Amino acid sequence: MALDRGRMRRDFIAEFWRYRELLYFFAWRDIKVRYRQALLGTSWAVIQPLFNMLLFAGVFGKLAHMPSNGIPYPVFSYCALLPWTYFSVVIGLASNSLIHNHTLITKVYFPRVLLPTGTALAGLLDFAIAALLLVAMMIYYHLKVSWLLLLTPLAVLLMVMLTLGVSMFLAAISVRYRDVKYVLPFLIQLLLFATPIIYPVTMVPKRFRPILALNPCWGMVDSFRACLLPNQPVDFKLIGVSIGLTFVVFAGGLRYFHKSEKSFADII
Amino acid sequence: MSDAIWVEKLSKQYKLGHANPTLRDRISGMMKLDFLRKKPEEETLWALRDVSLSVQHGETVGIIGRNGAGKSTLLKILSKITYPTYGSTGIDGRVISLLEVGTGFHDELTGRENIYLNGSILGMPKKEVKRQLDAIVEFSGLEKFIDTPIKRFSSGMRLRLGFAVAAHLNPDILIVDEVLAVGDAEFQKKCLDTIQKLRASARTILFVSHNLAAVENLCERCIWIDHGEVHMDGKSQTVIKDYMGSMRESTAVVVDLEGTQNRRGNGKIRFQGLEFLSPEGISQKVIRAGDPVVMRFHYCVHEPIAFPSFGFRMHTDTGALVTETSTSHHDIYIPSVALGAGYLDLQIDCLNLLAAKYTISLWITDQAGGLVYDNVENAVTLEVDAANTYGSNFVIDGRFGIVFFAQKWNLAGMSGRYEHSLSSSVDLRESLARDNK
Repeated sequence: MALDRGRMRRDFIAEFWRYRELLYFFAWRDIKVRYRQALLGTSWAVIQPLFNMLLFAGVFGKLAHMPSNGIPYPVFSYCALLPWTYFSVVIGLASNSLIHNHTLITKVYFPRVLLPTGTALAGLLDFAIAALLLVAMMIYYHLKVSWLLLLTPLAVLLMVMLTLGVSMFLAAISVRYRDVKYVLPFLIQLLLFATPIIYPVTMVPKRFRPILALNPCWGMVDSFRACLLPNQPVDFKLIGVSIGLTFVVFAGGLRYFHKSEKSFADII
Repeated sequence: MSDAIWVEKLSKQYKLGHANPTLRDRISGMMKLDFLRKKPEEETLWALRDVSLSVQHGETVGIIGRNGAGKSTLLKILSKITYPTYGSTGIDGRVISLLEVGTGFHDELTGRENIYLNGSILGMPKKEVKRQLDAIVEFSGLEKFIDTPIKRFSSGMRLRLGFAVAAHLNPDILIVDEVLAVGDAEFQKKCLDTIQKLRASARTILFVSHNLAAVENLCERCIWIDHGEVHMDGKSQTVIKDYMGSMRESTAVVVDLEGTQNRRGNGKIRFQGLEFLSPEGISQKVIRAGDPVVMRFHYCVHEPIAFPSFGFRMHTDTGALVTETSTSHHDIYIPSVALGAGYLDLQIDCLNLLAAKYTISLWITDQAGGLVYDNVENAVTLEVDAANTYGSNFVIDGRFGIVFFAQKWNLAGMSGRYEHSLSSSVDLRESLARDNK
């Protein structure tokens, strides 16, 4: 039995690899379609986080004088908004990816996981475009980067893993329960405030921080800050928990998806 | 030869009814402690039951059966789209299943982009699509529109584009569901030609269709699936003949419609049977081409109704509409019908149909046709036998069309000798009358 399961997992990965071209096509389709017939086209990838940043910078930075670990507030918040935007946009799209493609699911075979994965992959383009704005801001504010910059790819990987884990779980569950669509916007909003994005973690009383560590999004945004911004305080123990949870979310999402995908075509 | 496809003891169960409980149902179920109670018997349906079969490499096999017999479920399991409840399947070779033409087309993408996407979805490598792109575009005949988003395409254009991709797939094993049901005659011919070509190159083809003529033409072997089971498996001609025989509900002279399943309508009045009578009033099983006939529609009124309209439609076995007529077409108003059984006659002086089997669908509606009292699709088969239609030595049967007309060749405008020809071209009615004596 254990042997059987091991073989299934290997088949799963081998098949994923065999279908990598289709993954590329799904991502390509998402990108092609997303901004078609939009006047501003791909500029939207920058405009969305930019406006969020301006809003937060105006309200929290200027009006509320939110502390920001010695970094200009706009950069401080944008650095976290960057992965956050990727995360929230992708899980919103990916949770619907199976339902939107139900004609495919009932008519053709392919590893179903390609659909949410394709969405996550397509989101990386928006992420890259939005990242250019961060680079511009860092140059504008003359921020110095440390050797930690080299670890940024790991932070990106962490972000993708967390997003994929949540996406796979939500996509699979929404095949059965359409309720996800209604809960999700509320959940995303809640999570935005439960994650140290517009405020530094230092504002959270020490005794509450272990609870915060249960939110893997904290690990995601603070790993970006730690890599890109100078002299960021890092609580390795708590961030470690948060990052560890990312792996749990990824494995759990994948497992749940794999377990339920056999019945997708019957109940979608 | 070895097996290309094998299926062993395959069963598939579907749960019916409340298939998608919402989260709320689940939670309220938990509140009411549903899990402590005995689970209510869930309604289930066995789409397939204990199906075993194998297809050898290079074979072309047709699958026939009524709607809902389980044909598509079988194909879906073979294509790994859905999973069997019990049993196993295996396939040896690069398989492509075409359950729909143009799967995954995206409206916002251009024709060219959709070729890549669709090809990739159906398992064609990008390199291969690139190599065949020109051929695919040419095959589709849509060169002019290939860079237009397909949301501007007509449904026929989408079909052509989808099929152009499918025709260039080049699989070892092809699984095709009813793709012939859509599209016009030209499209269907293109499909059949392509399948024929694949067949000629010794590919394995599994082919579901309601077009029996196509199945008979393409497949040496045919599998008839009925109620989720393999009912018959053998030579196409034999299986199709038996299948068509089963479609004719009964061989009784009065076709009894009491027990028929495929009817709809509110049932205030129902057809009980249809009878074909000779002018002498004798029931007949087979009617000869050109004979006079009376169609007697037996009905039973269960609740009083006003102004019903009786009608029927006749199709050839390939689905072409021969005629459709009703009492309303004749401006006949029937103010009321007495409760209980009764009948209505339609007198036809000359049944000018050529020898073949025709399917008759019956209905009773209100005068406007909006309210359906009874509707029985494919209720009765009318069998027309060949007659000496033109008084010649030619047997004129279904090979020469569907209908014949009273006709006369007139050679008066031609020069030369024509006495003999003239004398043989007699009036059709006369010849038929002579023939009937």
